[in-house]
Order: sequence, then structure tokens, then C-alpha cells
Amino acid sequence: MKRETIRSPRAGRPGIAWALPAVLFFFLFAAAPMGIVGYLSFTDWDGLSDPSWTGLDNWSRLWNDDGMRNAIWLSLLLTALSWLTQTPVVLLLGVWAAGRQRNRAVLSAIFFLPLLASSVALALLWRTIFDPNLGLAADIADWFDLDNADLLGSSTGAFAAILFVSGWQFAPFHMLIYQGGARQIPQSLYDAASIDGAGTVRQFFHVTLPQLRNTIVTSTVLMVVGALTYFDVVLILTRGGPGDATAIVPYLMYETGFRAFDLGYASAVAAALVIVATGTSLLLVRLTGFNRMRSTREGM
Amino acid sequence: MSTETDLRPELARDTPPAPPVRGRRPFRLPKANYPAGIGAFVWLVIVIVPLYILVASTLQSRQEYLDNGPLSLPDSISFDSYRQVLEGDFPRYLLNTLIVTASCTALVLTLAVTVSYSIVRTRSRLSQRAFQLFLLGLAIPSQAVIIPIYLIITELSLYDTLLAIILPTAAFSLPVSVLILVGTMRDISEELYESMALDGARSVRVLFQLVIPMSRAGISTAGVFSALSAWNGFLFPLILTQSRETRVLTLGLYDFVGEFRVDIPALLAAVVLSIVPIFTAYLFARRQLINGLMGVGGK
Repeated sequence: MKRETIRSPRAGRPGIAWALPAVLFFFLFAAAPMGIVGYLSFTDWDGLSDPSWTGLDNWSRLWNDDGMRNAIWLSLLLTALSWLTQTPVVLLLGVWAAGRQRNRAVLSAIFFLPLLASSVALALLWRTIFDPNLGLAADIADWFDLDNADLLGSSTGAFAAILFVSGWQFAPFHMLIYQGGARQIPQSLYDAASIDGAGTVRQFFHVTLPQLRNTIVTSTVLMVVGALTYFDVVLILTRGGPGDATAIVPYLMYETGFRAFDLGYASAVAAALVIVATGTSLLLVRLTGFNRMRSTREGM
Repeated sequence: MSTETDLRPELARDTPPAPPVRGRRPFRLPKANYPAGIGAFVWLVIVIVPLYILVASTLQSRQEYLDNGPLSLPDSISFDSYRQVLEGDFPRYLLNTLIVTASCTALVLTLAVTVSYSIVRTRSRLSQRAFQLFLLGLAIPSQAVIIPIYLIITELSLYDTLLAIILPTAAFSLPVSVLILVGTMRDISEELYESMALDGARSVRVLFQLVIPMSRAGISTAGVFSALSAWNGFLFPLILTQSRETRVLTLGLYDFVGEFRVDIPALLAAVVLSIVPIFTAYLFARRQLINGLMGVGGK
């Protein structure tokens, strides 16, 4: 071995240059923009002329903007409600899908389908379903003798629709995370529990749930970031309406930046979004001790 | 491992082996869990009904849809709405999406393979820093940086070109791909590298003769994942392109809303046509897809 090192100490080892193209590319299109968005948030920019420095104007405007307050409130509400409604469902379905029975494998392959389609495709589908005159919504209103089938026309209804569609779309993804997590649980724990006479329910609460702790954190962080940055479906399904009932932060940013071309102010909104999203994930990770995980696979 | 029914991803390798017989277990069937089964059935209905409406609506004529509503079985199957969509601009959008998807995937794989190889094999602090950069990059939401990206793309005079979509989309697929590939490459045993080094192989040869062949699973997972996100991407095309010539499928669908306002069968036929290629791919590459998506979650 010694002779080997003398002859060619770095034989077969790539130099750092191999990393450069990817790092530079990623830096240009993802990392640097994080800094630029910070800079732009202190400017006034219409997208055509050069940005002009305006100091803290955008930020103080942000602080006092009622539309923004409403957007933040709606985003937080969407995040919290998404978590509360989705987590129990996807956790149970994920654990169920982790079983090795054939029917479970077939069903989870079907459950997976919504994840394949683009948000745009799904939003268009749901738009036709929610259509008060022609969609399924009209039929349902008929069956139950409801006066008003116009779900997207009412504030609560539109918000509920966004909540439901986002859940419908991303449930399979979180299901998959829990399925992976549940399959990592050693069978011996279940064997021991059933020797102690624990039934399915007790096994779920005393073995499965505690063992899925890290998985719950992973899924929660992804759900929080996903809900805070939810955009495509809102644009197509409700356009932030009716009024501003579904104008969540990313949608407001889009309206301000690319409809009103107030890109400086929109950058402040975007920067605030990054701060809130990153802050929330870091907080979750700290609070749950996820950062002390030893293996990268523990979270799965 | 049976590819027909087994959704188990590769990460399950270190769990204790499943009972030897899969599917047919004559003596020790697990106790059926009826409440869970009912719950799963309810979810099945929630998933299937919209998908049924999607397909059934497209097979009706416009008038039939107006008369019967979304749940009815079509009286006579008509492919008119598909013909209508295919005679429009749809083929061009499809071609654009194919170009974007192929270029993105090629770009992501080239960059991710080389950087992961360097991260795994270079004995330098800097390569670890590179890995951390990509780990942090996982957390960057594309919505948050879309304004600077718009600025960069216009500065590069790429606005309203397919490259304007390809470059940022690829950049945002890189972190996951690097994560997957670094994981796969770390599993290549040190002895194999050493024996190649004994032969005096240079790093390029090691890459092509050892690293790439041994990371095929990871490469296909990363490839499938970046292809899926390129195919379904919406925000970058929405902001960075505007003309018909550069329109991709997702943006085309978005515009169909105006075009086919009342012609719901045609609108949904366009939706179906945009999904069919991915569904087909899903049939062949389910494991890679699922691994890729788990890779997003399981970091």
C-alpha cells in the first residue's frame, strides 16, 4: 500500500473541480437569488427600468399593509388546518399501506395517482367538479336539496376548497413518507407487543406512533413549507377570491409582482415568506430534537 | 423482488426480511383489519371519483355533458374532444414540454453525477461544503426566488425562450438528485475504488467504469424525479415565457381555460392528454418514481 501512495497519491480521486459546474450553476439560479431577493426588497422596481434604492420603505409598508396581514393570516390558517386534517389521514393510510398484503399494494398504487399529475391539471379538474351549474357540485346540491352549489363563490367555501384540493393532491406524498417510516419499524417490537397481549390499537399507539416520531417531523416540515408556498391551485381555482378570501401570501406576491409589476414590494413579500418558512421549519426541527438524529435514514 | 405488487423501496433493505412468501400466505394470514380496510376504501372513493369524472367527461360530446352531468356514463363513446385538442396547438406544447423535460433531465444528471462523485471521493473540506450547499438548497422554495430569477433571465436575454424554463427548473431539481446520488455512491465499497486505483485508473475512468455502472439505480431515480418535476413545472414557464412558440403543456392547459370556456370535455381531454405520458411512465418506472419522491421526504 505504501508504494502505491508514493507512486500516485491521488490516483482515482476526482479533484474539487468536478464539483464546480454544479455548484456554480446551483449558486446562480438558486442560492444567489436568495440574496438578490433580499436586496430587491429595499428597492422600487417596475421590471423595466433599474431598481432604485428606497431603504426600508417596502418593509414598513409590508408591516402596515392590511392585504398582507390578511394574506399572512390566511397562509397560517391554511398551514395549520392542512396539518390538522391531513396528518391523521395520511398517517393512518401510510401505516396501512406499509402492510405487505397484496390488496394494500394495489390500492396504494392507485392512491399514488394524483401525485403524478401537474397542479394545473388537477386544478382544472377540480374547477370543473366545483362548477355550480355543470359540475359534481351541482349534482350534490341536488341530492341534498341545497340552495347554493357555488362553493367557490363563498369565502369559507373557497378556502375549504383550496384546503381540500391541496390535501387531495399531496396526501399520497405524505402517505409514502409514512409508509417508508412504518416499514423501518423492526418487526420484533410488534412481536414483543403481541406477546404482551397488545391488540392492533394498542400496538399502533405504543409501537407505531412513537417509532414514527421522526417521520412525523419530516412530514410536518414538508407540509408546512408546502402550505406556505402553495400557489398554482389558488391561481387557477379561485384567483385569490372571492374578494381576498383565498389570497394567501404566495398568491399576493404573484399579484403584486407580476400583475401590478411592483417587484420591489413583491420581493419584500417573498423575503418575508422565506423568513417565515425557514423559521418555522428550524423551530420545528429544534423543538423536536430532529437535528440530533444520527442517521439520515432515521427520518424516513 | 416482484415489481408487480411490491411498492417497497430500496430503503427497506435494512428492515428485517419480510415473511418469505409474498401475497400467498396459506398458514399465517395477517388478521384482517376491517376498520382500516373501510377507511382505505373511503379514500379510494375520494381518489377514484374525480379521476373517473375526468376520463368519463372527455368521452362525451359537449352537448351530452351539458345534459347529463359529470357522473353519467357516456351513452356513446366519442373521441371528438380529443381530436379537437390534437388539432389545436396541443402538439406544439407537447413538443416544447418534451424538449424541456429531456434537456432538464440531461443537465441535472450530468451536473449531479459529477458533483456527487466529487462529494463522495474528494478529500477536501470544500466538497463537504458543496454537499451542505445542496442540503440547504432543498429548503429554498421556488416561489420565493422567482423575482430574482426573472431578473437573471432577462439580464441573460433568455426571457421567453425554452432555456429560460430549463435552467431554473434544472437548478431546483439538483439538490434532490445530489442527495439521492451521494447516498447511492457512498454504498460503493472502498475495495472497488482501491482495485481501480491499483490499475492506475484516472478519475474519469473510475467514473465511467465504476461509479456510473454501480449507481444505475440512483441515477434512474434522480432522472425520473427531475423529469417529473420538469414535466409538471408551472411557475417558471408562467413567469419566464409568454409567446405561443415557447408555451409548455402546463401553461397551455392554463390558457385552455379561456379558450374552451364552456367546452368542458375538450378542456378535460387536454388534461388527460397531458397526464397520459406520465401515467405510462409510472407503469414502467414506478419504483424509481416512488424512490425519488421518498428521497424528497426522507432527507
